[in-house]
Amino acid sequence: MRVWKYGDDVNTDMLFPGKYTYTCGTLEEIKPHLLEDLDADFAGQVQAGDVLFVGRNFGCGSSREQPALGLRGVGIAAVVGCSFARIFYRASINQGLVLIECADAVEHYEPGMDVSLDVARGEITIDGKTHSFPALPPEILAISQAGGLLNYARAKLEANTAQT
Amino acid sequence: MGMTFAEKILARAAGKDSVVPGEIVVVRPAHLLTHDNMAAIIGKIGPELEKYGVVDPNLNIIVLDHVAPAANEKTATGHQKIRAFVQQHGIKNFYDVGEGICHQVVMEKGLALPGTIIVGSDSHTCSYGALGAFATGVDRTEAAALTLTGETWLRVPPTIRVVLEGNFRPGVSAKDLVLTIIGELSADGANYMAVEFDGPAVDRLTIEDRFTIANMGIEMGAKIAVFPVDEVAETYLGTIGVRRYQYDPVWADDDAQYAKRMVMRLDKIEPVLALPHTVDNIDMASEHVGEPIHQCLLGTCTNGRLSDLRTAAKIMRGKKVHPNVRFLVLPASRAVLQAAMSKGYIQILVGAGATLLPPGCGPCLGAHMGVLAPGERCLSTANRNFKGRMGCKEAEIILASPATVATSAIHGVISMPEED
Repeated sequence: MRVWKYGDDVNTDMLFPGKYTYTCGTLEEIKPHLLEDLDADFAGQVQAGDVLFVGRNFGCGSSREQPALGLRGVGIAAVVGCSFARIFYRASINQGLVLIECADAVEHYEPGMDVSLDVARGEITIDGKTHSFPALPPEILAISQAGGLLNYARAKLEANTAQT
Repeated sequence: MGMTFAEKILARAAGKDSVVPGEIVVVRPAHLLTHDNMAAIIGKIGPELEKYGVVDPNLNIIVLDHVAPAANEKTATGHQKIRAFVQQHGIKNFYDVGEGICHQVVMEKGLALPGTIIVGSDSHTCSYGALGAFATGVDRTEAAALTLTGETWLRVPPTIRVVLEGNFRPGVSAKDLVLTIIGELSADGANYMAVEFDGPAVDRLTIEDRFTIANMGIEMGAKIAVFPVDEVAETYLGTIGVRRYQYDPVWADDDAQYAKRMVMRLDKIEPVLALPHTVDNIDMASEHVGEPIHQCLLGTCTNGRLSDLRTAAKIMRGKKVHPNVRFLVLPASRAVLQAAMSKGYIQILVGAGATLLPPGCGPCLGAHMGVLAPGERCLSTANRNFKGRMGCKEAEIILASPATVATSAIHGVISMPEED
């Protein structure tokens, strides 16, 4: 598992440039441009199971969902941050991308340290020290556990149809 | 205990007597705004649309503005797909290429009513707080689910109360005020929060001033940015044909609880710039006079309204755009363009050497019509100066008021705004 570390106020244009938003929609189209203006190595080297450590206000700016969709699609296990911008936070829930708000963990981490993650237990262990983070509220957890909002909505529509 | 605007409106929408910050409520918004991204949204739910249809053809508002007119076959095909969807599902509120920027169109068409909840798959949906609506941005996936089900969840936000006092000095405007507030709060200073504007100076802010301020709520991280519905707002609504009985405004109680209060004295505000590459990187314009620029952009959903064009036209009258800069003028809507033509503002601006762009988002998001080259600098009235925003990551964007941008276009370098 590789850890990618970035700073504060990483905005949606750095995560996925606006000029591609109306020409790239699928994961295969999004992937080569993921984090293009932030880290030119990321798209070529990222692997499933990698983790991002980020600062404050990660994902600020546009409502575009390609950053969340792309990070989930390439298999990012979690984004651990000091804080997340609210639309990015919702977009991540809607895609089933795991966000962990834990400033202690971000401050503790230095490049090269061992990191292990147990999302179900709400624990992240860095260099032998365990940091805990709170679970999502049940209404939101249900969406994430359904594999994202569209799966959740489909199940709801089917249930409603079955009732009537 | 009293409630804030956000608490009151969310309690009402959820059918509860009261709610507290942090609580999650399920609501059915009055409207769902989407734009060119509706093509991708439809693509997510093709089989479900066939099976269930849209939940309510009055829910969706669709405005083609982001790449309008289409720049290439792909964006043209997206528009075509949206028009077919509109036809098939009988979507009532559809506005095609040329009508304007979605947020301006929603306001002008009387679709943003006080006291309602509106969500949109665009981050600047928060603009409708200018008219006392609870309006906030969501992503495409959420817009897809809402199109099918009509409902979503919202977390009740804590609120920052900003009290406005005093009067602007000449040459200073609402844009300078909101940039100054963002500089003080920082780009995430209101993250997950509501921002209420109130105080004795609110009466003196026009609806256009309030729109500029609410529009930039997202640039301080806010979920919503909202103004009270006073005589100014009621008069504006009257002029666009909305009658008083059609809406039920909400405002905070006097004893509501706030996470933070701040007072802004308008007479202390100076012309400011948001320097590259974050909106909270604020400095006095006076510190940067004479610095080079290559392009000036007047317009966007932040500052593309009639008063902005009037300010620029008054400054430009009898002057010429400096030969070293391109001056792009982007009216926020067809109605704004028509009004500006009948007042003679467009004639002055184009006569001075400005390039008129069709109403829409234009180069603001870097898709077309005015993207930058490496090493270039754009002085813009838009709301974002992120690296790469205008299509080139080696270019720089500096945000300013319409008066600062127009004056700088004449001199070809960053200049202090002339009084209009």
